[in-house]
Amino acid sequence: MNTSRFDAVFATLVLGAVILWFAPAGMGRYGTYVLSLWLVTAVAVMGLNLTLGIAGLKSLAQAAFMGIGAYATALLTTKAGIGWLPAFAISGALCFAVGLLLGFPALRVKAHYLAFVTLAFSTLVWLVLRNEQWLTGGVFGISNIPRPMIFGIKTDNALPFHRFVVVVTLLLALVLWWLVRSPWGRAFLALRENPVRAASLGVNIRAYTLLAFAIGSAYAGFAGALYAPLVEFIDPSPFQLSASFFLLLMVVAGGSGYQLGPFVGALLGVVLPEWLRFTGGLYLIIFAAIVIGLLIACPQGVLGLLERGWIAVRRRPVGSNPPIKETV
Amino acid sequence: MAEFLAYLIAGLATGAIYALAAIGFTLVWQTSQMINFAQGEFVMLPAILILAAVKLAGLPVWAAAILGIAAFIALFGWGFKLVIVDPMIRHGVLPLAIATMALSIIMKEGAKDGFTAEAQRFPSLVPQETVSFLGISISLQHIAIIIVACLAIGTLQWFVTRTKTGRQMQASAQNPNVALILGIPVAQMVMLTFLINAALAALASILISPIYLAKFSNGEVIGLFAFIAAIVGGFNQVRGALAGGLIVGVIDSLAAAYISTSYRLAVPLVLLVVIILIKPEGLFGRKEERGV
Repeated sequence: MNTSRFDAVFATLVLGAVILWFAPAGMGRYGTYVLSLWLVTAVAVMGLNLTLGIAGLKSLAQAAFMGIGAYATALLTTKAGIGWLPAFAISGALCFAVGLLLGFPALRVKAHYLAFVTLAFSTLVWLVLRNEQWLTGGVFGISNIPRPMIFGIKTDNALPFHRFVVVVTLLLALVLWWLVRSPWGRAFLALRENPVRAASLGVNIRAYTLLAFAIGSAYAGFAGALYAPLVEFIDPSPFQLSASFFLLLMVVAGGSGYQLGPFVGALLGVVLPEWLRFTGGLYLIIFAAIVIGLLIACPQGVLGLLERGWIAVRRRPVGSNPPIKETV
Repeated sequence: MAEFLAYLIAGLATGAIYALAAIGFTLVWQTSQMINFAQGEFVMLPAILILAAVKLAGLPVWAAAILGIAAFIALFGWGFKLVIVDPMIRHGVLPLAIATMALSIIMKEGAKDGFTAEAQRFPSLVPQETVSFLGISISLQHIAIIIVACLAIGTLQWFVTRTKTGRQMQASAQNPNVALILGIPVAQMVMLTFLINAALAALASILISPIYLAKFSNGEVIGLFAFIAAIVGGFNQVRGALAGGLIVGVIDSLAAAYISTSYRLAVPLVLLVVIILIKPEGLFGRKEERGV
């Protein structure tokens, strides 16, 4: 069952990328921007999905890591004059390293201490971004962040940049897809399902949880590296603690542990507000209420709900016959 | 020196409020292993409800206070347990913790959109004056806060350790299965901790809002300090949360005065990380293994 579903994931990712490549036709600048923002958010949610959905850890600093990535990329491309690609790599590596440093003491004790350490870290990052004016520009932020030049092609306009985001998102999603299927990914899953058993099978729990957290944080760094040139101006406000909460809710809304969950979750968190414009500022409340409703009815999120429905539909023709084999 | 003592008293006063929030937080955690990420918003909202009753319904302050607190305890003690915790606890504590984050967003945005985004003055029970005592100028409000919070915590401690219901509550927290066998109504005891938590949050709200003004975003800092207080003091003790709250309050006050106002928040955070590194069970906590 696993291989077929994972192949379906691969096909969906590639097909989705092709559709999104052409999607913005006729959507205008703002529509294209929203689509790109959806994908960038999905990258951060993907990382958190690895941390929470696959390894079962609560990280409350995903937006802070995204901020580190965004500020690193912004500073490197504006002040140091480095190209976007190395800046992107450095942003991810920086978040990976900070993730290791942060996760090591926290995971030494108990897994849920990571939530408190990341909570504290999130606030510290925000303080530094706001107070260290010489570096981050304080509340005025950093403006005029250049969009990258890839293989001699400028991505200054909305459409070429959107296509560039589509390609990077696809690559990052495929790396994660490969990672989850690899023996490492299996070890992550084993950890979430039954840590004691995983340990008895020789999985080094601490090393793997730490690695999952660091990789998840690196994805936030990558997302930040895409976010900075997308919005072209960054300030500390989108990287606050509440943003980290929001990213976590997106993981759960989409379906924590599902490979495609982050795209669904980010769709609900980023694109839904555009449709719910008429509700004014209430969309956050509506989104949070949807998540609570989902958690009560189906903690596996929208994709879990769909899967449940799909199984129910497939079983119906069999009628009174008892199910022959377990589908999940 | 006089200056130092003044900061110390101010720190003890805010610390006492953090302690109230932290105690409620640890009580709920003990009986249901739930981490309430909306704890800060629990302290923010009662003051907003009271002000809303005064401004929108035109009630006198005392009636608004009674109504606001009663409504808050009913909604966020009883209702919270019944509507959110009970149906979700069977899925495990992780979804529940995430649901409290969603709840914190709803409470915060609800207060902003349903009432106002501006900081509001909140009526104080004691005059906003300072008295001079041995050359130290002390705010009457700070003294009142310390006294009221100590009375509340003392009463709670007496209730938990000296009354039959309190002991049943403790038993339910320590070992729900054995408590059930002994005929203790565990479900009611768990509900009781949620009601006490809401009541403590309402008290903290009334005490802190005259100083910090009532604002929808107040919960962020209060919630953060309540977590830090609970962890620094020890997760499984009322006196731990009390000590943790006072320590965090005093450190925050002294850090603001002597280190840096822009980084005052960083000092308690560093304290948190140090405690997790060297004494993860907290200063006054017992070691115990409990997976969350």
